[in-house]
Amino acid sequence: MIELRNIVKTFKDDKEKEVEALKNVSITIGDSEIYGIIGFSGAGKSTLVRCINLLEKPTSGEVKIDGVDLLKLSHKELRSERKKIGMIFQHFNLMPSRTVFGNVAFPLKKSGLGKKEIQKKVRELLNLVELSDKENAYPSELSGGQKQRVAIARALANDPKILLSDEATSALDPQTTESILKLLKHLNEKLGITIVLITHEMDVIKRICSRIAVMENGKVVEEGDVFDIFANPKHSLTKDFIKTTSNLYKLDEILKDDINGISPADGEVLTRLTYIQKEVSEPLISTVTKKFDVNLNILLADVEIVSGSPVGGTVVKFSGESIKIDEAIQYLRDRHVGVEVIKDARNPY
Amino acid sequence: MQEILTSFMPNLIDKWYEFLQAIVDTIIMELWAGGIGFVLGFTFGIILTVTREGGICENKPVFKILDAVTNLFRSIPFIILLTALMPLSRAIMGTAINIQGAIVPLVFGSVPFFTRQVQSALAQVQPGLVEAAESMGLSNFEIITRVYLRESAGQLARATTITAISLLGLTAMAGVVGAGGLGDFAIRYGHDRNMKDITWATVVILVIAVSLLQLVGDTIAKKSTH
Repeated sequence: MIELRNIVKTFKDDKEKEVEALKNVSITIGDSEIYGIIGFSGAGKSTLVRCINLLEKPTSGEVKIDGVDLLKLSHKELRSERKKIGMIFQHFNLMPSRTVFGNVAFPLKKSGLGKKEIQKKVRELLNLVELSDKENAYPSELSGGQKQRVAIARALANDPKILLSDEATSALDPQTTESILKLLKHLNEKLGITIVLITHEMDVIKRICSRIAVMENGKVVEEGDVFDIFANPKHSLTKDFIKTTSNLYKLDEILKDDINGISPADGEVLTRLTYIQKEVSEPLISTVTKKFDVNLNILLADVEIVSGSPVGGTVVKFSGESIKIDEAIQYLRDRHVGVEVIKDARNPY
Repeated sequence: MQEILTSFMPNLIDKWYEFLQAIVDTIIMELWAGGIGFVLGFTFGIILTVTREGGICENKPVFKILDAVTNLFRSIPFIILLTALMPLSRAIMGTAINIQGAIVPLVFGSVPFFTRQVQSALAQVQPGLVEAAESMGLSNFEIITRVYLRESAGQLARATTITAISLLGLTAMAGVVGAGGLGDFAIRYGHDRNMKDITWATVVILVIAVSLLQLVGDTIAKKSTH
């Protein structure tokens, strides 16, 4: 378990002014979780993740891994604890003068293992990341995805309980990113390893994380279960991030141009209906049409599975008697459907 | 055969044994000053890299002092160092003349240069590699040996080559303190007494020496690059 309590980190910039990179951040990450931290550049997420293995030393606060306070350790003890935490980076950081085998074996030098045992272990790891045939290649001969796989194998060499991923997929194309995320998820399931993932891409978070924290200007502005965050974002920054990954908000831009067929005509109401709870199985749209005698024109639908449950919804135009439209909207709200009125074109009395 | 050589290079044949002695003197100076200079320059280059701001053993006072001293001696032309360091030479080597007297100035003349070369070579190692090594629980010593030195081996070979060749040039001036060597030989006979064949002979030897050094350096550098 990783506990960061009241972490404050200040730097002195070029002009000797104090910059607060982290302002009293506290998060707890449970065993075998895949915890995501998202934010824009400069939000403090890289600094925060580096406080976990003390690559950055917090100015104040507590860093506890399985109850051990890292800040109280001697240099030697800290080095020993670091061996239990693997880390992968955006630019891979493989040693160019060593082969793939050499890179993966690198952390094993003082582990007490003999030459044959190291060989066996390295080969097992390369097998795990599906790079057994590249044992004697040099990093310069590998693609980005392959380099990151080697980096992952290297990070796992000392059987760590935690893996820190600092924007590990930010330099990779979408397909390669997907394969790396798949690998990380597989490792989490197979080895039970806790993963802390830093990214600025919501798609990455959506793909494998179970809990996330959203950061802005050195603070955690929202935190929670990934489904809840996607279905019920509260902070405006969180909502902005979700918009980047969902098609449900595309229409908002188009609406500004008042295009025929999209914009609601007199008496119509344009709404966005979203799933906000995990089990929604009633055929709500057809029920509402029949029950309240209103028409629902579906303009857009976007649903995907996040953490095993559907997230998303539809953009719908209601038309019919004004009172009936209000009743229909209330009915949906009572059944835990999020109803956001985008544009109400009914004439107010 | 003897007659052909004597007609082409009369002075060189005449001074043949002095010529050979000059070659030996140059080699002795190069090896001694080079050996000591290598060790010192290497050490200082590493110290400057690790003690600078943001380095793995950040130590601003040490860095500032070493940096300033390196700059100081870098700025003094060697020919001036030769005379300026005479008292120090006497104190350390017991004399300020001959080969022994030339070693101290040669070391002071080449170490600052080599220090900067080493510093530059180490600076080319990606900082991300150092961070990765730290995250794996390596000690500072291990980071220096297993990351910094290993990953800059090619650059360091090139730096050594450049310095060795530069040092050869410095030994040419060692004649000022009576240390002998090829430079002194060429100046006294080739320049002062206008014996052109001697001048040419020295040039040829030096070109061969520099080419050999360059060849060795390049081979080592190539083998370290992947």
